[in-house]
Amino acid sequence: MNATLRHVFLASLWRRRLATSLSLLAIALGVALGLAVQLIHAAALDEFGRGIRLLNGAADLQVLGSRAGFSDELYARLAQRPEVDQASPLLEIETRLPARDEPLRILGIDLFRIGAVTPSLLPVSANPDEAAPAAGDRLDALQSDALFLSPAASARLGLKTGDRLRVQVGTRERTLRIAGTVPAAGVGQALAVMDIAAAQQTFERIGQLTRVDLRLAPGVTRALAQARLAALLPPGVAVLTPDDAASEVLGLSRAYRVNLTMLAAIALLTGGFLVFSTQLLAVVRRRQEFAFLRALGLDRDSLWHGLLAEGAVLGLIGGLLGCLLAYLLAALAFAVIGGDLGAGFFRGIAPQVRVEPVLTLIYLALGVFAGLAGAWLPAREAARMVPARGLRAGDEAEVYRARPRWGMALGALLLAALICLLPSIAGVPVFGYLAVLLILAGAILSLPGATVAAMAMLRPGRSTLWRLARTRLAAAPGQTVVAGAGVVASVALAVSMAIMVDSFRGSVDDWLTRMLPADLYLRASDATASGYLDPESVARVAALPGVAAVRPVRFETLRLGETGGAIALIARQVDAGGGLPLVAGTLQPPTGPDQPYPAWISEAMADHLRLGVGDPLSLPLGARSHPFRVAGIWRDYARQQGSVVIEIADYRALTGDTRTNDLGLTLTDGTAPEPVMTAIRATLGEQLSEMILPGTLRAMILGVFDRTFLVTYLMEAVAVLIGLFGIGTTFAALATSRRKEFGILRHLGLRRRQIGLLLATEAALSAAVGVVIGLLAGGAIALVLIEVVNRQSFHWSMDLQLPVGLLLIFSLSLILLAALAARLSGAQAMRQDAVLAVREDW
Amino acid sequence: MLFIENLTKRFDAAFDRPLFERVSLTLAAGESVAIMGESGVGKSTLLNCIAGLESVDGGCIRLCETDLTTLDEDGFARLRRRDFGFVFQAFHLLPHLTLAQNVALPLWLLDRDDRTADARARVMLERVGLAPRADDWPRHLSGGEMQRVAIARALVHEPALVLCDEPTGNLDPGRAAGVLELLFERIQAAGAVAILVTHSVVAAGHADRILHLTQGGLIAAPVVA
Repeated sequence: MNATLRHVFLASLWRRRLATSLSLLAIALGVALGLAVQLIHAAALDEFGRGIRLLNGAADLQVLGSRAGFSDELYARLAQRPEVDQASPLLEIETRLPARDEPLRILGIDLFRIGAVTPSLLPVSANPDEAAPAAGDRLDALQSDALFLSPAASARLGLKTGDRLRVQVGTRERTLRIAGTVPAAGVGQALAVMDIAAAQQTFERIGQLTRVDLRLAPGVTRALAQARLAALLPPGVAVLTPDDAASEVLGLSRAYRVNLTMLAAIALLTGGFLVFSTQLLAVVRRRQEFAFLRALGLDRDSLWHGLLAEGAVLGLIGGLLGCLLAYLLAALAFAVIGGDLGAGFFRGIAPQVRVEPVLTLIYLALGVFAGLAGAWLPAREAARMVPARGLRAGDEAEVYRARPRWGMALGALLLAALICLLPSIAGVPVFGYLAVLLILAGAILSLPGATVAAMAMLRPGRSTLWRLARTRLAAAPGQTVVAGAGVVASVALAVSMAIMVDSFRGSVDDWLTRMLPADLYLRASDATASGYLDPESVARVAALPGVAAVRPVRFETLRLGETGGAIALIARQVDAGGGLPLVAGTLQPPTGPDQPYPAWISEAMADHLRLGVGDPLSLPLGARSHPFRVAGIWRDYARQQGSVVIEIADYRALTGDTRTNDLGLTLTDGTAPEPVMTAIRATLGEQLSEMILPGTLRAMILGVFDRTFLVTYLMEAVAVLIGLFGIGTTFAALATSRRKEFGILRHLGLRRRQIGLLLATEAALSAAVGVVIGLLAGGAIALVLIEVVNRQSFHWSMDLQLPVGLLLIFSLSLILLAALAARLSGAQAMRQDAVLAVREDW
Repeated sequence: MLFIENLTKRFDAAFDRPLFERVSLTLAAGESVAIMGESGVGKSTLLNCIAGLESVDGGCIRLCETDLTTLDEDGFARLRRRDFGFVFQAFHLLPHLTLAQNVALPLWLLDRDDRTADARARVMLERVGLAPRADDWPRHLSGGEMQRVAIARALVHEPALVLCDEPTGNLDPGRAAGVLELLFERIQAAGAVAILVTHSVVAAGHADRILHLTQGGLIAAPVVA
């Protein structure tokens, strides 16, 4: 078998080099995309995990509050508990750096406590006047302006020991001195540390902490300590294990990672379909050869294994190429769009691509699997052939005589509809993805029946070519399956993604209209960073000429529910401007002294906490819990972890916090924004605030949206490209396999040009059936993506929008391309002499 | 050596009309027979039944004491690999193999190593007069040359039984005569049993015996030179 395998089977791959190359390319692209996504995520998660371990150190438990923090009296109480051996307080601040784009994460630490729990955060002082750093000097570290940078932060900011760094607090500037480094932070973590008292003083957070790391006394279990300590905590403060805290961020990015992985898998699946098409056509062309080999004594199993070996070799070589390409793509992605593929989950880390042997082997195996899966049916078809029939010329048509599979197709679609009703597993919409696969399977299974039905509906016509094409497809619907499987898969994917992305973008656009009703926006810093506007600043801005009204917004975080998960709090005027993009409830809830405060929760929060309109809700504000009632549920595309909107008047009354993050300005009629912007800069300082026009902000947000979907677009393009390869190679191979038939038609008087037209007509009809099925399947998959996958992954709803024009152009282009590919390949096939073509039939 | 008794083949298992029935034939080692008959009478089907490529509906076939009707598909495949040689009207040379490789193919299937198979194939090509073109491709050959390669391939593994289905059907009379002479000379030299199915009286004349296949069985016919 070895020599037979080499000379008969594997050599055939070399003989049909074009088809082999395209199959290899298809598998390579599918493997490359999938592995690249995994490599990027593995590197990012690895670096993120390293950062978490670095920041958590040897902590057994962490007491976490909101961004506003909690009183440091709690630290004193915790440190005295018998369950606690060591306690280390921290104040974590995202500080805005004037005239710089990225904020800096500063950790205020207790230098005398940190060594026992998180020694990797210990700073090392350096004397700037000496070439080599001196030994650590804790007294220097206690200075109120001393800041220590990690190597990554130092490189990013371009600062060294002795340099000065300006930080923003509210709308004022403070200057800190770079007093040394945090060497154990490594090159991937951009952060800084300073003494906790200095941090509290610098950032006006006297008496506040955001975290306390705990090491438990010997013999005390985490569960026991967690239960006992939780009882001591004020509302809005949670005690979590370090793993729970880390999984909050990982959980947010997981859905995005899984979605990209699934898209890559569909690209690989399309590659598998291309292998199927090329292998099946090769089997048709080599039918007599196989029959003859069977006559010579090649047994059924050897033939089956030989053909599977062809598929496996295709998958192996394609997989190897794909793995190489994946590492290149991953390196390119890190350089161009960052370690989170543009989604913004892992800020402040700088991961590097590393060789991942297990992942690489898994994707190599997936490449081989795609090759084997694509070769499976053709190999079975060849092995099932009766040799005595195969030896006769003209037996090729047998392969194309596919039976309609309506029952199986409908069964697959019905099952898909049913499993869509099932919930996600650990936040991953497993059944949604299975439904996508079932819809694809149902679509492909329906191809033979749909072809027969479509041909029956078409008028016979008077043109000979039309009649020949129509009768050929009606009698051999399997031809459409061969040509159309890849078309259906790629069209369905492209169409579903186009509908989903269009619906999403349209919904985001509508959301932005409602969320950005003002004429001009002013902010002291990013919502998470240290800048804010105090009431005086707000009043000065409101008093500027041309400003008709100001609408302040305050952003905070809250910890809610049994798990203490962090959600975003937005305090603003609710029933003003654009209101909120509600999906349920009202903007005008009943008011009165007996009524609880109204709150409008996002869809994600409603899903996480299983809340509906009218449900009571307790929000920890100002160290106390306050009764609220859910007045409405709204769409929030910005905060996947969940968010709640309350009236800013209620927020201020309950917390006493009068700071403002964002200020929406309504200008008086006829006032241009530019003079107002100039006046604000003059009032607040040149570099201490950011102003943006709603149009610019909208364009920026949609730009971020498009960047997030860049990888999606790329994968979609690859899948369509693979599908187009499929059309080209399929019709080229079909034309070659039917040379004898065309030779006979030439003998009967058809011209070469007419043969080309016949092929083009058949191709256009096959592609049209494939495209229509693909459009229907794509529409169904889009519904699953919107209603199941997105809802379960991101908790986002959106309004369905059909990009009709785009789909129409795409469909017609594919049909025309198929006709063109067939016409060109027909011309190639007809170069052979008609007499030679039919010689074996004499 | 080959013993066929009361062989019956129907058009379809559910369709009771026989294609042929009660076909009996005995051939000794080195003996050849030509089977003639009208188109559609089942000559090629008879060959396929003997080779196990089609099932039979009754009767018995024995080759060298082996009852072929008891063999399963794999058993038949092994037997064909070892003991059968085929010559077809359409040559069936594999276009991507050289002439030497085409001839070596049956030896590859018998797991002979490449070097032995190649040496043996070149010897066979020499015997059919194509040694200088051993490394050439089939597309460069004439019909007669292709059939000579097919004959070399049919005999390279020294089969006990050679089945020839219209071996000169694609050749002009001049070339056909040369190929037939070579075919029977080689078969005789190998001491194999040969069954030739043909419409050509001239081709049939090369065999030791000529039989006519009818619906009722095989009928002896006088040899026409």
